[in-house]
Amino acid sequence: MSTVAAAHDDHHHHAPTGLKRWLFSTNHKDIGTLYLWFSFAMFMAGGFMAMVIRAELLEPGMQFVDPEFFNQMTTVHGLTMVFGAVMPGFVGLANWMVPLMIGAPDMALPRMNNWSFWILPFAFTILLSSVLMSAFGAGHPSAPNFGWTFYAPLSTEYGPASTDLFILSVHMMGISSIMGAINVIVTVFNLRAPGMTLMKMPLFVWTWLITAFLLIAVMPVLAGAVTMVLTDRHFGTSFFSAAGGGDPVLFQHVFWFFGHPEVYIMILPAFGIISAIIPTFARKPLFGYASMVYATASIALLSFVVWAHHMFTVGMPLAGTLFFMYMTMLISVPTGVKVFNWVATMWRGSMTFELPMKWAIAFVILFTCGGLSGLMLAITPVDFQYHDTYFVVAHFHYVLVTGAVFSMFAAAYYWLPKWSGVMPSKLLGELHFWNSLISVNLLFFPMHFVGLAGMPRRYADYALQFADYNFWISIGGFWFGLSQLFFLALCLQCAMKKGEKAPAKPWDGAEGLEWEVPSPAPFHTFDTPPVVK
Amino acid sequence: MQSTLFHRAAVGLTSLMISGMVAASDWTERSDHNLRPGVTAVSKEVYDLHTTVLWIVTIIGLLVFGLILISMIRHRRSKHPTPATFHENVFLEVLWTIVPFIILIAMAVPATRVLIELEDTSNAELTVKVTGHRWKWEYEYLTYEDDNNIGVSFISNLATPPEQYENPVLSGGLFPYGTAKDRVGQDFPEKSHNYNLEVDNKLVLPSGQKIRFLITSADVIHSFWVPDFGGKKDAIPGFVNETWANIPEGQEGIYYGQCAELCGKNHAYMPVEAKVVSQKEFATWLAQKKEEAAAAPDLTPFPDLDTALSAGEKVYKANCALCHGAEGQGGIGPSFVGDDYVTNPEHLEDHIHTVVNGRNAMPSFKAQLTPKEIAAVITFERNAWGNDTGDLIQPADVHDQE
Amino acid sequence: MSDSNSLEARNKRTLKKLTIWAVAMFGFAFAMVPFYNVICDITGLNGKTSSTANTEAPSRLVEDRKVVVEFITQNGTGMNGDFLPASRRVEVHPGEITLVNFYASNPKSSNIVTQSIPSVSPGEAARYLHKTQCFCFDQQTLAAGERKEMPMIFYLDPELPRHINTLTLSYTIFDVTDRVAGINNNTVLD
Repeated sequence: MSTVAAAHDDHHHHAPTGLKRWLFSTNHKDIGTLYLWFSFAMFMAGGFMAMVIRAELLEPGMQFVDPEFFNQMTTVHGLTMVFGAVMPGFVGLANWMVPLMIGAPDMALPRMNNWSFWILPFAFTILLSSVLMSAFGAGHPSAPNFGWTFYAPLSTEYGPASTDLFILSVHMMGISSIMGAINVIVTVFNLRAPGMTLMKMPLFVWTWLITAFLLIAVMPVLAGAVTMVLTDRHFGTSFFSAAGGGDPVLFQHVFWFFGHPEVYIMILPAFGIISAIIPTFARKPLFGYASMVYATASIALLSFVVWAHHMFTVGMPLAGTLFFMYMTMLISVPTGVKVFNWVATMWRGSMTFELPMKWAIAFVILFTCGGLSGLMLAITPVDFQYHDTYFVVAHFHYVLVTGAVFSMFAAAYYWLPKWSGVMPSKLLGELHFWNSLISVNLLFFPMHFVGLAGMPRRYADYALQFADYNFWISIGGFWFGLSQLFFLALCLQCAMKKGEKAPAKPWDGAEGLEWEVPSPAPFHTFDTPPVVK
Repeated sequence: MQSTLFHRAAVGLTSLMISGMVAASDWTERSDHNLRPGVTAVSKEVYDLHTTVLWIVTIIGLLVFGLILISMIRHRRSKHPTPATFHENVFLEVLWTIVPFIILIAMAVPATRVLIELEDTSNAELTVKVTGHRWKWEYEYLTYEDDNNIGVSFISNLATPPEQYENPVLSGGLFPYGTAKDRVGQDFPEKSHNYNLEVDNKLVLPSGQKIRFLITSADVIHSFWVPDFGGKKDAIPGFVNETWANIPEGQEGIYYGQCAELCGKNHAYMPVEAKVVSQKEFATWLAQKKEEAAAAPDLTPFPDLDTALSAGEKVYKANCALCHGAEGQGGIGPSFVGDDYVTNPEHLEDHIHTVVNGRNAMPSFKAQLTPKEIAAVITFERNAWGNDTGDLIQPADVHDQE
Repeated sequence: MSDSNSLEARNKRTLKKLTIWAVAMFGFAFAMVPFYNVICDITGLNGKTSSTANTEAPSRLVEDRKVVVEFITQNGTGMNGDFLPASRRVEVHPGEITLVNFYASNPKSSNIVTQSIPSVSPGEAARYLHKTQCFCFDQQTLAAGERKEMPMIFYLDPELPRHINTLTLSYTIFDVTDRVAGINNNTVLD
């Protein structure tokens, strides 16, 4: 790997232009922008697949696609959203904001930074090509159809030929994330401005640092899991095949050893964003900074010992089940601390409700809903009922959509003036927020009801008693999907620099180094490190 | 379609509004929105635990949201222009670490107790082995009271006819069932009340006795779940799992369930239908099943082609249509329409052999269909959809192959 | 940057450490396999019994205790023949050596190689079930049309916990002919 921090030679020239600027970019701001647009494109692609799913579930019976294609949609929707939308979205934010927040001139390993982004479009071309072939190709060869969790033996002995495309693309996504994570850690460790001690770092940097360690710890485990699937499929090994002395349940252990920390990878940076926005608009310092850092670290550590709560129904011995139940319940303590700290930050502040604050408050409330249903799911005997129903679907969409995705919207509205130099359109922003807020609850809240009533997840068709809620869920889904077009329009306006010119510090309560550079942030910032007192 | 979107919207809205007042009487009650208490002692305890935890999290949630709301109203800049500056409070921080911890312990204690009870499968009167297949359940009655050698087993298929869910294929490609435009004016059959839940051979169980389910799978992972019995357990190929239920006397009736682990294309089409009867009725039923299992197969020949065809069509819809399509158009399995394999007499013997013993992904059917049924379905496949070979296969031809 | 050399060196060092860590975690994924097997042996996590013969004789016979051992059989992927135990259920004293025959038949017109996989429920009983001989230790070849008798000899450990009074031993038989021949065993469904 050519990973030397050597891209500083062009510092004093003008920024390159045209296609080369983006293809060969080693500038953290440009790469950040690429990541963010890529993330948004994947969010729309994954969202389109969700629309296919919701169209099919609008009414009982098969109407639009066949159950086989439905399974491909749920699978690729999940993969695209997790690995294409949420993770690259946060990496994009880290690229843009971490150097600005710690007073560094760029990421520590700029060429690796370029590489870790440019792997992603290829990885997703491979993955999504299997869907295009399935939809339009001759003979409709199946795209991956085993759910994003690709449980063996459905993905090994019974997987379609495209499973190999899936394995290759997951490897590429993994390499990209690991390189991105290494870059963040090296940057934070070595490039902090003088005086920027660890305990002075903004929480977004802290949460990303911890996330990066989680990524390095578990993405290789995912790579191991897909490699085992590959060798089971083609090279005669039997890691997960009972016939050859393996165990299909082992797959679930390996997968969820990755999968649970992965959940926190997708939410810890969100905690950082919210911890930046709420103090700004409450005009009051963040309550309990140190306890926020410790809570984040303990969530990260606990995430390694709770994985089996995803698989309570596989039949574990009682002692194991109890251990995982207690540990899972324990995670709600540090998570609760975070929520209470945010509320205490708002308390007796002097709040205004600009768009970033609106998204942040929506995040706190709706993420808490997702967290509370998570606590319900931790109770094993009841989980035997909840498991693999729409209740679980509701839970993780509250955590991931109104959690992770809402936090990214909050971040976009908060930092877009810095990125683009113009204030985003208030009208489009308000339309986006209110439409999203109402539709997302129409979309996901009734899922709790159908789940409790007994509708299993990943069902292409369902019994009639679930029909009414599913109808409304689908309406909410289409509404939420369309609402995102407001955001697209708003981003395009900003990209074309249409709008009111943004000052260096558009929010009067904001603090931090990123507001000390002009808006838009110039191509090179902090060539001379600032001094933090 | 009769139910337009507006009609559906109206029904949906009304039932959303009244659903809070009407207690669901059976599982197929529309717009049920809460966990079902179920019928067994354990499922009721699970329900109580669910209710307790739901109340706890609702109260915590309302408390937090209430504080946020008060803060948003009272501490907005127009009301409260000068912000306070505090940013820590050791007492509060310790308090909101300790209090949740205590609440958690309060929840963990009953949870542990119920869990231990759920896992205790000892001293069962009836043992049923449940095997998940793609995409049907197989039930084998192993022991009942002192009878250790029952030898009764059968396969339970979805009974909803394929026309009700597999709408006519109108085009190929992304939308095999046609776009909305294609579907205007198409007449779809009404769905039955127990759509997608009803099966041909029900899982018959006695009330008032402890039933142990041994759960395994023949192919991929499935999950056996009857909500009213209080939980699910995965069916894992090569491994065996246990769970149990004891349905109290007086609670005889039909209980539905579904497969709860993604198992491929027709994951949504392998329901469980349990029929709980009194012990007396169960003993009679079991004796009758034993007798059937022991009896020599019925090999009386079909009098004519039409009799075989009408019998074969029923067998086809119940057993073959999931993979080969309601109109023989193929799907996971190959198409039969005009295919050489089902029209060329050379392949007749192999055709019978394949249905009896299976081939690759296609399972063997000799355990679940009688020779007469197999003969009928092969006759049907070789004469329907314009195949018109005129072949009439007799039960004896099939029996020779077994 | 004035100290670019030393900064570069520091960056490289951190990069190296983190890369090693990532590679080690990739290895850890594979290390989970034997680790899982050890955990399973100790706790009976997946109900698997030992895959080698137990050569030790039982330490004693517990005459005042009877335990029910049930046998169930299951055809796995690719197997269409009959596979049945001679008896579905035996009552034994812990420490008593018992023989049970299983029968498997091959309806196909070619030889097949089979492998049977044991599983015990409840899982914690797995480590108390000792087999001195079992058809599951090796692959069994069934000639075309053959019906084969396959013996299994076992005893229960005298230390079997008191609360276990019924245990179920399940065998799933798989046709591994292709696997043995090294043929890609994917079931291609389309």
